[in-house]
Amino acid sequence: MLKLFRRSVNGHHAETPPARKVVIDIRGITKSYKMGDIEVHALRGIDLKIEEGEFVSIMGPSGSGKSTLMNILGALDQPTSGTFLLDGVDVSRLSEAELARIRNKKIGFVFQNFNLLKRTTALRQVELPLIYAGAGNRTKRARAALESVGLGQRLDHLPSELSGGQQQRVAIARALVNEPAMILSDEPTGNLDSRSGTEVMQIFQRLNREQGITIVFVTHDPWIARHTQRVVMLRDGKVIADREIANPLVAGEHERPSEADEMEAVFKDAYYGGRKEEYN
Amino acid sequence: MNISESLRIAVDGLLTNRLRSLLTMLGIIIGVGAVIGLVSLGRGVENFVAAQFQGLGSNILFVFSSQPTSSTRTTIQPISTIEARALADPTVAPSIRQVAMETSVPAVVIAGSRSTQLLVSGVTPNFTEVRSWTPTLGEFINQDHLDTVARVAVLGTTIVERLYGDKTYNPVGEVIRINERTFTVIGVMAEKAAGFIGDENAVVFIPITTAQTRLSQSRTRDGGYRVDVLYVQARDESRMNSATLEIETYLSDAHGIIFRGEQDFTIINQADLLSSLGQVTGILTVFLAMIAGISLLVGGIGIMNIMLVSVTERTREIGIRKAVGARASDIMMQFLIESVILSFVGGTIGIALGALLTLLGGLLVPDLELALTTDAIILATGVSGFIGVFFGLYPASRAARMRPIEALRFE
Repeated sequence: MLKLFRRSVNGHHAETPPARKVVIDIRGITKSYKMGDIEVHALRGIDLKIEEGEFVSIMGPSGSGKSTLMNILGALDQPTSGTFLLDGVDVSRLSEAELARIRNKKIGFVFQNFNLLKRTTALRQVELPLIYAGAGNRTKRARAALESVGLGQRLDHLPSELSGGQQQRVAIARALVNEPAMILSDEPTGNLDSRSGTEVMQIFQRLNREQGITIVFVTHDPWIARHTQRVVMLRDGKVIADREIANPLVAGEHERPSEADEMEAVFKDAYYGGRKEEYN
Repeated sequence: MNISESLRIAVDGLLTNRLRSLLTMLGIIIGVGAVIGLVSLGRGVENFVAAQFQGLGSNILFVFSSQPTSSTRTTIQPISTIEARALADPTVAPSIRQVAMETSVPAVVIAGSRSTQLLVSGVTPNFTEVRSWTPTLGEFINQDHLDTVARVAVLGTTIVERLYGDKTYNPVGEVIRINERTFTVIGVMAEKAAGFIGDENAVVFIPITTAQTRLSQSRTRDGGYRVDVLYVQARDESRMNSATLEIETYLSDAHGIIFRGEQDFTIINQADLLSSLGQVTGILTVFLAMIAGISLLVGGIGIMNIMLVSVTERTREIGIRKAVGARASDIMMQFLIESVILSFVGGTIGIALGALLTLLGGLLVPDLELALTTDAIILATGVSGFIGVFFGLYPASRAARMRPIEALRFE
């Protein structure tokens, strides 16, 4: 399985253009925590490099450690051992306040359940990271971010006055506004109907294509993963596969397979969307 | 992040939860209002009592006959004019500046068709000095009146009202009858505010010699006349105690008193009276302030309670804020400022409420001059600010210490 590693830990592969900056450089990260008396090893030694402008999915079944990895990537949690360089900064050694600063400047989060503040207008939501950054020109920048996700007309709307897709776009604008090194997203389409989900995917692809923003998805939906350029597969706290997708889907151009076809695929032992060897 | 941003976030937080903010403030509003209202009530009572006694004159000792406590002596030897004059002599009592005498005689006073019954007071001219009380119309009794045993009278305003039907009437020059003898009214005393001593305006002053010789004939053993009350003025405040001792020594000797229980007179020190009453009213104020303080404490606990609920309720909000870059200190500031604003705004409204209570109290009981005291306001504001910080600190640090992952997962 480890033979499938796209890159070795020790160096760059020949096909990688050397000029690209490494945004995420994880080396030998482990994470374990106690649940009652039992020690749970959520991550058992992960090595991972993500370069600027990449669009990566982290996949894996429940319990594979992908949420734990996402928390560490997002500077929400610290690894038990190993190093994590984010944009050249060793995050695994930082204090609480420094982590907050990293989250503020380098990372934009987009969550499955949007995580917007209640009773706060779209504009104020997007201004929030700028406020904590102490940045000036907030209203202008927040408005620009909302316009870039097509919500220029919804500045004064409360989350309760917006559809799910619109709420997720507010969240994307909030993630973007501080020009982070990467956007980190946990099942961004998980709570959306397929049309809104497609819209949100289109926005992510456009941001990646046009502005070269690094995006990392954590998902267990292979259909979503097929829209990204690279899939990192986890199982039991280890990377079991790391491959580029030859021809990523363009959001909105392909019809998602019907439930009947997905069902069929299960029985045919040929899971849709990916190649068989990614899953063994 | 600067303080004005923290302030804005906190104000936003409070405004999005208006009802809860208001309910939280209510405890502080009532607490501060109660502190200010009750403290000014206590102060009002203190001032009222103090004013009553200061109205009696300054550095004054009252001396009057009283029943001995010991069974070895059952009779009272009245204080006499001769003893009073001796006490006024600096060689006998160096601490005493002057002695005013008062002898009361029950009398019927008649003016035209109206009459009234009261104790007419025979006094010495220096009565006005020791009691700090002078006539507003006409003049007071002078030494000539005493020497000539003149039949002149100075009336209190209540008596003017009883005899002439109007207390603003000027009776100077009129003739009245006291116990069937004619007297000329020569003055009217300034009106004194009603107090718990009784109506001091119901008085008729005549020369003490006239009272002793024309209205009453009670001579004393030493050949003088009976005196009911001596108003003894000490030379200054520091000599009140030595003056007391001099009176005690002299009168005990004159009355043949062997030990304390046989003493047939009482000396009351106005300052002692004032300070002991002041202690009582001071305790009253402290007591009232304590009651109010308890309600303020309850208000503070209310703030802590609601802030804790608010922190739990807003766990997800805290998670979101941390995810987009809020530091623990930012969250801490947000919640702390919220609670400080709550208690400060509550305190301000409470001060207004206290002022209103004071105003209402003043209207209901006009004699108590209730005043909004600055120290009560400073105290209440300080305490409410302190409560905001103190009771806000724990919830705020709970909020600040939340781990972002768990806060985000919170449903």
